Amino acid sequence: MTRPALTDDRRGIVANPPGRGSPPAAPTARRRKTKGLLTITLFMLPALVLFCLLVLAPILLASYTSFFKWNGLGGLPTQFIGLDNYTRLLEDPVFKGDLGRGLFLLVMSLLIQLPLSLGLAMLLNQRMRGRAFYRLLFFAPYVLSEVITGVLFTMILSPDGGLANQILDAIGLGSLQSTWLAEPSTVMYSIFIVMTWKYFGFHMILYLAGRQSIPKELTEAAAIDGAGSWKQFRYVTLPLLGPTIRISVFLSIIGTIQLFDLVWVLTSGGPIHSSETMAITMFQFGFKRTQIGYASAISVAMFLISLVFALGYQRFVMRRDTEGAITTMRDQR
Amino acid sequence: MTATLDGRRHARPARTSRRKVVKAVSLHTIAIVIGAIVVIPLLFGLIGGFKTTAQLSTNPFGLPDPWQPGNYTEVIFSGSFWQQVWNSVFIAMATTVIVVGLAAMASFVFARFAFRGREFWFLLFTVGLMFPFAVATLPLFVLLRYMGLLDNPLGVILPQAAFGLPVTIIVLRSFFRTIPREVEEAATIDGCSSFGFFWRILLPMARPALATVSVLAIVGSWNNFFLPLVILNDPGLWTLPLGVQQFNGQYSSDTARVLAYVVLAMVPALAFYSVAERQLIGGLTAGATKG
Repeated sequence: MTRPALTDDRRGIVANPPGRGSPPAAPTARRRKTKGLLTITLFMLPALVLFCLLVLAPILLASYTSFFKWNGLGGLPTQFIGLDNYTRLLEDPVFKGDLGRGLFLLVMSLLIQLPLSLGLAMLLNQRMRGRAFYRLLFFAPYVLSEVITGVLFTMILSPDGGLANQILDAIGLGSLQSTWLAEPSTVMYSIFIVMTWKYFGFHMILYLAGRQSIPKELTEAAAIDGAGSWKQFRYVTLPLLGPTIRISVFLSIIGTIQLFDLVWVLTSGGPIHSSETMAITMFQFGFKRTQIGYASAISVAMFLISLVFALGYQRFVMRRDTEGAITTMRDQR
Repeated sequence: MTATLDGRRHARPARTSRRKVVKAVSLHTIAIVIGAIVVIPLLFGLIGGFKTTAQLSTNPFGLPDPWQPGNYTEVIFSGSFWQQVWNSVFIAMATTVIVVGLAAMASFVFARFAFRGREFWFLLFTVGLMFPFAVATLPLFVLLRYMGLLDNPLGVILPQAAFGLPVTIIVLRSFFRTIPREVEEAATIDGCSSFGFFWRILLPMARPALATVSVLAIVGSWNNFFLPLVILNDPGLWTLPLGVQQFNGQYSSDTARVLAYVVLAMVPALAFYSVAERQLIGGLTAGATKG
């Protein structure tokens, strides 16, 4: 894909690209410029206003209210308490637990869910009958809402008459039966299983798309050089899938940070906080116990964690993708 | 698998073909096992909805005996279910029109105009990709309360549209860039204004890309739960996910009945997926790899 050069000789287009400042000498050029600016402003303003008002402003508002003790009543908070909400947050065992649980889900996703998705993508990349059907099927859970998935699995994992226990019983593994979601030692594993059921297809589709953008000639060349399937995968496909893998990891991390819907429906964070996530703790304080100041501090903490992570990830991990041949190839797709 | 590609392959065709069979069988076995893991929970819901709750616990695997269509017909003839479907449709449509409309206008500027600060403004929008929606929920609630938009569909529509802007702008901008400059020049020579070019030429040409981002916006809105949960108190305004959750809370002991509700709530999403699968997948992969 060649990017169309931005021209400066068209009507209504600014004749002054940044860095190449030739002063508008003729009055016609000046008129052209204002006209372009008017169009630019009119076209961009609605999106900009909506974005600033409902995406950026809430973050600023949360930063402000996080310095107050506030039950949400009245126009604006008045009882300024400085950093107290933040010191409380750092000492709160539930919040520390949230971080630990987030990390658990993330590590499990990276070790199990993503390799599984990658494996299936490689499988569905083979020539086989029914490939399109399997692809459609594996992706279907992703389309169902978290709430539907959650309610369905509450029924399946239910201790009395749930499908999971019945299956274990039927295949002679009755001793493994559990009250999956009501037991602190199993609840996070259960949540992870449901997450995997719902999201593996999404990552698989990403990998399939990435795989298909790798030119056939490269694996063919490796095959001619005597590389077997595994070596072709290990030394050709996997490195070239790097950008896709890095994006899928990125999405997993952002998803873990904001995890709410699925867990809320499955367990509401219970039993006794053993499956709470940051978003659920925030919801509990913000909407159930009306400690808006403290809940805002949790929001800000979540925001800072995702911001630091996203910037660091862009800077140190994904930077590789903005240079070199791989990117060029991807852009040509 | 180490299928060598040297001369031996042609020398012993019988062995390779047996290998091929083994390979095909193992591929299909894995695919069928995974497929079963995907399908069994769905089938459990579908068939379970035709049972009574007592049947479900005594006979979880078999077919219902006798079949109980009552759970399904009850939902189908209940007004609240259809109200929720309609609310979800309305909110998804409005969100999509707003986000795609505004993003198309902004992307047009980002793709085809050179102006000072363009990269800054574009970056500002893409920064939005890094904000988890959950982070903003509480302050959004406070903000929308000031604006008097609680218990108002707009209180869900506008934030959804705002949070959809980054990915929509990124996808549309890269598509708008691919439309050749000659097209624009020809239009200008024929007396087309910038707006005329945008409206009469660019948008019609960008129909596939617009379809893709629209599908993304619809699915995102359809599945959204956190924001409607916080904003919409009035049961008359509830979307389908809220209705499912509420129904589950109300009848949690009557498993079969909840399953019927859940299955019927799945139908619109799965039907939409079967129609718009191409656009959805195209959008997700484009959105993810170009972000």
